[in-house]
Amino acid sequence: MNRREVPKPAIDDVTAAEAACQALCEFAANDSLLWVLTADVARTVKLAAFAQAFPDRFLNVGVAEQSMVGIAAGLATCGKLPVVNAFAAMLSMRACEQIRTDLAYTNLNVKIISSAAGVSAGYAGPTHHAIEDIAIMRAMPNMTVLVPCDARETRTAVRAALERPGPVYIRIGGRTNDSTVYREKLDYQIGRAVMLRDGTDVTLIACGRTVVECVMAAQLLQYEGFEARVLDMHTVKPIDALAIEKAARQTKRVFTVEEHNVLGGLGGAVAEIMAELGCSTPLRRLGIPDAYAPIATPAVLLDKYGVTASRIVEIVAGSLRTGAEDPDCRPA
Amino acid sequence: MMSLDPGVSIYKGFNVMLSLSDGEIENLAAVARRVRLRLLDIFSACGKGHYGGCYSVTDILVMLYGKVLRVDPARPCWADRDRLILSKGHTNAALCAVLGHHGFFDEAELATYAETDSRYGMHPDMHCVVGCDMSSGSLGHGLAVGIGMALAGRADGKGYRVYVVLSDGECNEGSVWEAAMVASHHKLDNMIAIVDRNRLSLDGPTEEILTLEPLAEKWRSFGWSAIEVNGHDFRQLFEGLEQAQRTRGRPTVLVAKTVKGKGVSFMEDNPSFHSGSLTDQQLEIAKAELMGGGR
Repeated sequence: MNRREVPKPAIDDVTAAEAACQALCEFAANDSLLWVLTADVARTVKLAAFAQAFPDRFLNVGVAEQSMVGIAAGLATCGKLPVVNAFAAMLSMRACEQIRTDLAYTNLNVKIISSAAGVSAGYAGPTHHAIEDIAIMRAMPNMTVLVPCDARETRTAVRAALERPGPVYIRIGGRTNDSTVYREKLDYQIGRAVMLRDGTDVTLIACGRTVVECVMAAQLLQYEGFEARVLDMHTVKPIDALAIEKAARQTKRVFTVEEHNVLGGLGGAVAEIMAELGCSTPLRRLGIPDAYAPIATPAVLLDKYGVTASRIVEIVAGSLRTGAEDPDCRPA
Repeated sequence: MMSLDPGVSIYKGFNVMLSLSDGEIENLAAVARRVRLRLLDIFSACGKGHYGGCYSVTDILVMLYGKVLRVDPARPCWADRDRLILSKGHTNAALCAVLGHHGFFDEAELATYAETDSRYGMHPDMHCVVGCDMSSGSLGHGLAVGIGMALAGRADGKGYRVYVVLSDGECNEGSVWEAAMVASHHKLDNMIAIVDRNRLSLDGPTEEILTLEPLAEKWRSFGWSAIEVNGHDFRQLFEGLEQAQRTRGRPTVLVAKTVKGKGVSFMEDNPSFHSGSLTDQQLEIAKAELMGGGR
């Protein structure tokens, strides 16, 4: 296959973690209720600017994620607007029950910024990867789940979350500067997918890190004669069922592409909607195939799991050429 | 509000712990008896209940709401109120009986306990129980939540205190000790924990299942001031709480030595009444013993 290159997207000038901190600082300047809590990872999740500007509203609880979430709940009962900020793996799993019981069940106004999600911690290995967190958070009533894809969308998502009552889980990578998906102000509404590109052959639905890969894949697919629609499903819960229905009815195939286990995450959420639509449009979920990763860099892992642009093109083009029956389309 | 001495408004007594008269103690004892009888009604109507832990914590809750907490049933969300978190949430019925007694809601509503769509179940839901400051149920959560409330109070310059009531078995949970470290690190002297030390958890004696002793020493080593009291003696509870309120620079825990199932002879110290149901005959005996004044 003589594939043509697509121009590499620009790189954000800050990481998603730094962008999140900028949004928190901006908001805090006008809202004295905002507090930020972390669990001895302030340096890694880039909270220095907030800690310096608002020392009275910054709390580092130590390596104590469970306490951090409980404390945030207590602050929220007193009218504060607490934001807990730590690694996705520890927030979503070590403090899982505190998030469920103290935030979701109580529907308290606490925001969760979850850094180093997916496999972005690379060779730190599966203890520091979060490939289960979307599934866990999505299963909690009252929880909103946001997965922004670049610095601009992260800032926007954090602002939107702060203005939305109730618990919100914001999942970011944040270790390195992301590729820029949004060069300009975006029309961001929680629960409304952004169509980055339209097409009728296939829809690629992505969230977070894989959005830019789908945008590039769509350009490459065009060279191969396929028109792909790309949806940035930045809100995994409440999911944009209408955008999924349109994709299922207006395009021939649907692929979900995520930096998460294919079970229970974005792919699971889209599959639930499509199953109940009663349409026969084939769906395939790309992502981490229900396995823990070997030691490798994030880039190697994303490629291994088929969620980089070139791998997406390979899989999607292959599937479109073979027609309706897709031998690779089997459950993980 | 029969428990309140009309001459003393606890709701306006900012930072003042008044003395406890013998008359007040008698009054508190009467309230405790009434609460235990109410619990008997509630549990026998629904067929089952956490008799053991409710009866061990009854006097503690009666003491707190009857004399210590600055709360106002007419303004349950009053921003300056003292907070109480029942971290041992499985004894919600005792909390509700005490709140109902003080008029936070119509205590006749407690007849719906455990019924479909009732506001009152095994564990407290802050959005259903008027006067309840935090939902609970899973053990080991309340102390951290209390820290958040205490930090907010300190940041806002409010004088309220945060009381967290834990069970002794709950102190098996690592999250209790994680939060204990955070509270002392931040010198939260506006926070008071009370451990209902009835020495029995669900499966049996705490010291056989997972040793807690020396429990007060453990809290001290985590930077807390610790006071051991008899959790059924209102005078000792009052003096312990008064000392806790005077303590500066660190949080205080009262290790309140209690008897599980206190007040009913066949329930006392009996692990099978952690949660259970009574025969008609047991119910009659329990009622007679509680009405007889044995507290």
